[in-house]
Amino acid sequence: MIDTEKTWDILVVGGGNAALCAALMAREAGCSVLLLEGAPKPFRGGNSRHTRNLRCMHEEPQDILTGAYSEEEYWQDLLKVTGGLTDEHLARLTLKHTSSCRPWMYKHGVRFQPPLGGTLHLSRTNAFFLGGGKALVNAYYHSAERLGIDIHYEAKVSDIEIEGDTFKSAAFTYQGAEYRVRAKAVVIACGGFQANLEWLEEAWGPAAKNFLVRGTPYNRGDILKVLIAKGAKTVSDATQGHCVAIDARSPKYDGGIITRVDAVSLGIVVNKHAQRFYDEGEDFWPKRYAIWGRLVAGQPDQIGYSIVDAKAMGKFMPPVYPPIRANTLRELATKMEIDPDALEKTVAEFNAAVRPGTFDHTIQDDCVTEGLTPPKTHWALKLDTPPYFGYPLRPGITFTYLGVTVDDRSRMVLQDDTVCKNIFAAGEIMAGNVLGKGYLAGIGMSIGTTFGRIAGEAAAHYVRG
Amino acid sequence: MFAAEDQPMSLDELIEDAQRVLRVCNACRYCEGYCAVFPALARRLEFTENDIHYLGNLCHNCGSCLYACQFAPPHEFQVNFPKLMAKVRGQTYRKYAWPGFLGALYEQNGVAVSLITAFSIGLLFLLAGALTNPTAFFTAHSDAQGSFYALMPHNLMAGVFGVVSVFVAIALLMGFLRFWPYMGEDLADFFKPKPLGEATVDALTLKYLDGGGENEGCTYPTEQKSFSRKTCHHLTFYGFMLCFAATSVATFYHYVLKQPAPYPFWSLPVLLGTVGGLGLLIGPAGLLWIKHQRDPEFKVPEQAGMDAGFLVLLFMISLTGLLLLAFREAAAMGTLLAVHLGFVLALFLTMPYGKFVHGMYRLAALVRFHLERRRPVPGLAPE
Repeated sequence: MIDTEKTWDILVVGGGNAALCAALMAREAGCSVLLLEGAPKPFRGGNSRHTRNLRCMHEEPQDILTGAYSEEEYWQDLLKVTGGLTDEHLARLTLKHTSSCRPWMYKHGVRFQPPLGGTLHLSRTNAFFLGGGKALVNAYYHSAERLGIDIHYEAKVSDIEIEGDTFKSAAFTYQGAEYRVRAKAVVIACGGFQANLEWLEEAWGPAAKNFLVRGTPYNRGDILKVLIAKGAKTVSDATQGHCVAIDARSPKYDGGIITRVDAVSLGIVVNKHAQRFYDEGEDFWPKRYAIWGRLVAGQPDQIGYSIVDAKAMGKFMPPVYPPIRANTLRELATKMEIDPDALEKTVAEFNAAVRPGTFDHTIQDDCVTEGLTPPKTHWALKLDTPPYFGYPLRPGITFTYLGVTVDDRSRMVLQDDTVCKNIFAAGEIMAGNVLGKGYLAGIGMSIGTTFGRIAGEAAAHYVRG
Repeated sequence: MFAAEDQPMSLDELIEDAQRVLRVCNACRYCEGYCAVFPALARRLEFTENDIHYLGNLCHNCGSCLYACQFAPPHEFQVNFPKLMAKVRGQTYRKYAWPGFLGALYEQNGVAVSLITAFSIGLLFLLAGALTNPTAFFTAHSDAQGSFYALMPHNLMAGVFGVVSVFVAIALLMGFLRFWPYMGEDLADFFKPKPLGEATVDALTLKYLDGGGENEGCTYPTEQKSFSRKTCHHLTFYGFMLCFAATSVATFYHYVLKQPAPYPFWSLPVLLGTVGGLGLLIGPAGLLWIKHQRDPEFKVPEQAGMDAGFLVLLFMISLTGLLLLAFREAAAMGTLLAVHLGFVLALFLTMPYGKFVHGMYRLAALVRFHLERRRPVPGLAPE
């Protein structure tokens, strides 16, 4: 049973990393905390379940982090991917926070490990969670239970009652009944809306029908919608999110990291008309994979096909679905249901444009095409060694950036720039303040941890003085 | 593609399901820090049946990866790695058992172990009582009268266990000799000192029940890490080794020092046996208890008999052994002796066809892991 008679000190809406950080901080400060997670227990934790690391600023090597990653370098990386769509004050707050938050995480049961196979390029910048994001979420829930935070699953918050700049109560459904609960402050940390296909369609048009939702199916953005309707000042826009090209055979929801296809830079990518549409060798795959969701979204029927030949096999992380395989390009085209003549022509033109070079997939090599549009500027090798392999690609949306504006106490800001007294937002629902567009591996957890902790502390301070 | 059925599978179905799950794990790799299994699987792009037996026996069933798995049931990918590996091990034991037809004993292992136990105890009653001296069987004998040997001549006892031991040793060795080359390894490589040494240390310290290097125990029987399993297993294993040492010392006393049993309580064989026996009481009882407590999603019902059979045997051997020590001059000695030796004989007989073999295949898999990690990894994508 959920105690709806009493007025809680803090209500936390959501049950992912940011929500848990806020709840733990508030509880540590002595508040009574009610946490309502909309998902069933096995799927608790939102998109945090799918994460694996925290992007950390550090001035010198730390336990599992090599070298140094200065505030300035981190800031420049962020500036580059967002193209300036970031609030510098909040961004720098986040970066600094990541240099000191890990002992607290450790105290609550989070363990770190050296980078995983295939992720050595992140050994300097990203601290990996032992066992990944679900292990982190499990650790926080355990700690929260131990500290006496009242946690309920499948408790879906449907409305937030706001008077002026002040939170009053929240309505929620639980086990088929509707309730209303009062709290002295609320922390809203229930994610974005990537699983809300109707909303995606409003933003992206009919193309959104063909998107796969790589993240949790429980982020439907219901509360985000309520907050916007009640005058919250928005940040970023509804078309911004982390959208990568994933295997078209993946489930509609919740496929997570394993749906990725890392073969793109080693071959060519064609659309349903068997035409290439972008430079596959522009940069190393880890630096480019985040743009391919949008690229595929821009193609007819939102589908693409990554094609490699036998030479590429073993040079990329093995995808979860076996490739479509054939001994000729014609046969491969037929199996992928694209025009065999058109594919042969595209490959013939590509092969003819490939200039001799020294192939090395570990550096930006000199294997390029000449006189081809679009060009392939690295790792261009003729597709001539059967068997040929194909991976069908679809846009896979992991999370969205449209959110509510906050200040540096994580307090929600209204359209007239009023700062709410006791409404705090943390995690994906406000991540757009720092990451308005683009993507930087591990920064989602950095934002969630930073603003979750700030929100919990600030909310507790508001309640207890 | 993704629909694991939760029922006993044939070896082929099991291998197919394992290939599906291993592809998921290989594309994810979040669990790499937990144990040797995940780095070992990350070396491969495809998984043959050999690979699956290898990984299955490398898995210590600590449970961490299932708790951490974002694709665990009820997720549609239905990834339950530890349970799958437990099923694979069951098939490994069966497939490599020697002689092959006795592998069928793994099918209803609990029943098989029980029947063999009943048979062994019956046989010992016949040997110790009926065949030698029925009236003496229910009479008290003092130590001065030679205690056990008053009922059963030493040579008979040593003869029965000697023959059985030789058979057991051969059967176990044959199992290993079938398994090791099947993994694609040369026999000589098994004896390379460094990998063998590292694997032995891993096995003796139960390194992979350490929660991923933080020395916090493992997620067994529940999600909260504890040393329950490590402690109980250590008590069992080292208790067993102490009892083995007790027997060896006694054999030395008997043949070399010409001092036949029974030995006084403060003698080395009795002390070793008593301390080891206590370990063998607490350890297996604890293992049985935490196995019972374990989260149900890990349990493989068709293998419960195998696990329990082995642990109950160890427990009963110890219990009857200690009782025998306490009452060896009482009239109950004959009965206790027959029951105790019956359990011991049953353990011996079922060693190659019961849970005991897990240690052998685990060690072999660990040796292979340490051999393999010194070899170059096939090149993957640029970092």
